[in-house]
Amino acid sequence: MFRVNATALAVAAALGIPQAAHAATEDDLKELREQVRQLKEVYEKRIESLEKRLQQTEQSAGKAEAAASKAETTANQAAVQASSRPVGENALNPGISLILNGIYSNLSRDPTGFKINGFVPTLGEVGPPVRGLSLGESELAFSANIDHHFRGTLIASISPDNNSAEIEEGYIQTLSLSNGFSIKAGRFFSGIGYQNQIHAHAWDFADAPLANKVFLGNQLNEDGIQFKWVAPTPLYFDLGLELGRGRKFPGGPDGGRNKNGFGSGNLFTHLGGDIGASIAWQTGLSYLTTSPQDRTFTDLDSTGTSVTNSITGKSRLWVLDGVLKWAPNQNPTYTNFKVQGEYFRRSESGILSYDTAATSLGTQAGSYASRQSGWYLQGVYQFVPMWRVGLRYDRLNSGTTSIGLVDSGALTAADFPILGGYNPHRTTAMLDWSPSEFSRMRLQFARDYSQLGATDNQILLQYIMSLGAHGAHKF
Amino acid sequence: MKSILKNLIALVFAAAALPAAAVLNVFACEPEWSSLAQELGGDKVIVFSATTALQDPHRIEARPSLIARIRSTDLVICSGSELEIGWIPLLLTQSGNDRIQPGSPGFLEASQFVVRLEIPKVIDRALGDIHPSGNPHIHLDPRNIAKVAEVIAERLALLDPANADAYKTRASSFRERWQTAVQRWEQQGARLRSVPVVVYHRDFSYFINWMGMREVGSLEPKPGIPPTPVHLADLIERMKRGPAKVIVYSPYNNPRAAEFLSERANIPVVMMPFTIGGTGRAKDLFGLFDDTIDRLLAAIK
Repeated sequence: MFRVNATALAVAAALGIPQAAHAATEDDLKELREQVRQLKEVYEKRIESLEKRLQQTEQSAGKAEAAASKAETTANQAAVQASSRPVGENALNPGISLILNGIYSNLSRDPTGFKINGFVPTLGEVGPPVRGLSLGESELAFSANIDHHFRGTLIASISPDNNSAEIEEGYIQTLSLSNGFSIKAGRFFSGIGYQNQIHAHAWDFADAPLANKVFLGNQLNEDGIQFKWVAPTPLYFDLGLELGRGRKFPGGPDGGRNKNGFGSGNLFTHLGGDIGASIAWQTGLSYLTTSPQDRTFTDLDSTGTSVTNSITGKSRLWVLDGVLKWAPNQNPTYTNFKVQGEYFRRSESGILSYDTAATSLGTQAGSYASRQSGWYLQGVYQFVPMWRVGLRYDRLNSGTTSIGLVDSGALTAADFPILGGYNPHRTTAMLDWSPSEFSRMRLQFARDYSQLGATDNQILLQYIMSLGAHGAHKF
Repeated sequence: MKSILKNLIALVFAAAALPAAAVLNVFACEPEWSSLAQELGGDKVIVFSATTALQDPHRIEARPSLIARIRSTDLVICSGSELEIGWIPLLLTQSGNDRIQPGSPGFLEASQFVVRLEIPKVIDRALGDIHPSGNPHIHLDPRNIAKVAEVIAERLALLDPANADAYKTRASSFRERWQTAVQRWEQQGARLRSVPVVVYHRDFSYFINWMGMREVGSLEPKPGIPPTPVHLADLIERMKRGPAKVIVYSPYNNPRAAEFLSERANIPVVMMPFTIGGTGRAKDLFGLFDDTIDRLLAAIK
């Protein structure tokens, strides 16, 4: 209101001056000017104070708005945080993960007759996959803390061919022991060597080293108890003892003996640490002792008949393993290199029974003793993010095998062709691509001299994908 | 031979006796927490950081040396929110140490004590390596550091009651110095308000949120997935329409993608310290924020 009046007055005053100038004296003019000036001053002051008030109002409005938006953000965040918490019974479900794996294989030799000469066949899945496209074993894993004392893990492997699920690992482990002690019980991959404890989906090659195939039947999972102690030293040092049922090769018979007590024992120790900022290493020594009972295998005897033989006795296996990983500043994201090797040495003694089903020359039994060894060395290099190349060399030494029935002249070496001296070897190269932590495609070439007088050229194309809970992998 | 054995046994026992000594062993998953624990514990603690600024905390190997360390630790401090999910669970189960298992006072996940950002509404791996519990890189908002400091101070006092008063004193001294510093940083950083920024990985979200900056893109097409040419080309196009003022990356990221975008889109690129030890100036938490703000201010001039 005031603003309009003041403006009107000012305009009137301004308009009035020229008219008044003619009639008015100089004093009048002066007075008039003074009045206008005063009027203007009051008006400006008023406007100024009003502007100030307006500004203040605007400022506080802005503040209120900011506060409101902040409150809204906080409320939103709180709502999201609240809703992100799973509720109800499902909240305590174990972590579930699933591994899918499929393979295309092109083999120059028929895999159905696969054998490794010079060594007692191990039963189980040691041969290459079937030719052509096939679904590999799918792995289903559950794990969670049971309570503050125990953690439980179950890993089932589902085989597509015979529609069966096998328990690969199913164990509990302690959380509440101290001073470096922990105990695992159930079925678990034995702590013998390095590769044996690693799940197939985390292997750097599509198949196991030859030494793991002939000495551990691909991968040894034992029913038993494992005691482990980690030393309180800056350098990593552990000691472990496993007592098992001896449910499969190199123990046996398949499924374990019908007796109280233990069928296998394994002692292991590891030493590990860092060298500088970019290298980590670990080395281990393990000793596995088992008493195979009626370990059966088939062979073609000198008459060309397929006969079943069996071994009962003692088996002792030493494994020396080492792994070294390099990554610049221990940041493996861009480039890294891993070298891994194991040396196996086994001595077995006992009774070898020939033709237990008496289908050829009749059942006979005699002494059996062997000293055999094998090793592999492999390197895997990630040269750019997502891409790795790898090279592996395997070699086995059938060593000395003495068969009482042959030494006594009852039978000839030709009756046990699979046990004849031979040093299998294999060279493998691979290239893999992992677009994320959860998927991997691999192309692998191998030239395999496992069988006497037969070279197998193997081309494998494989995918391995993991779904669900984020797994943690052992060093 | 006998004397060697004797010495060895003596060594083992001496080492076994260590935890009983008057100091607390603190194992921090990331250097920011070891630095904070050092501020709050002083000479009453021995801190160890499992990672350095040059390592991606998502991708750490459960190395034997880390198991050896965590075995004799009294307090483990991690960011949590699945950041260390690929390695910490293994270290914990291999440790044979009941004091640091989840649920015991010796295990502390810092992100549990702050308001987390970017909690996904949809959880699907097709979106990249997302964290269902929200963004775990909470330490670049100094107000979070203040909150976590209170929690750590309480834990130290709980685990080592004999020195509870010392921890209290150190905590209040830190609180005061930190508050003053935060005010200073907020003044200095006023010019960063609304500044559009491109990140490498979404590990600066808390800083960006604190300073009121705007994240307008990331070099990773999806969290945890390295930059691809297609995504970079797309980003360059977007930068033509609405340019960012600065591109930031961490010391553990490969700078190539950031530099490529910087050249093509003519936007300055800055390596941020990200955590303690990331740059020469980031020697402690104060230096970390000083350097972070100064580097950004210098870049947007």
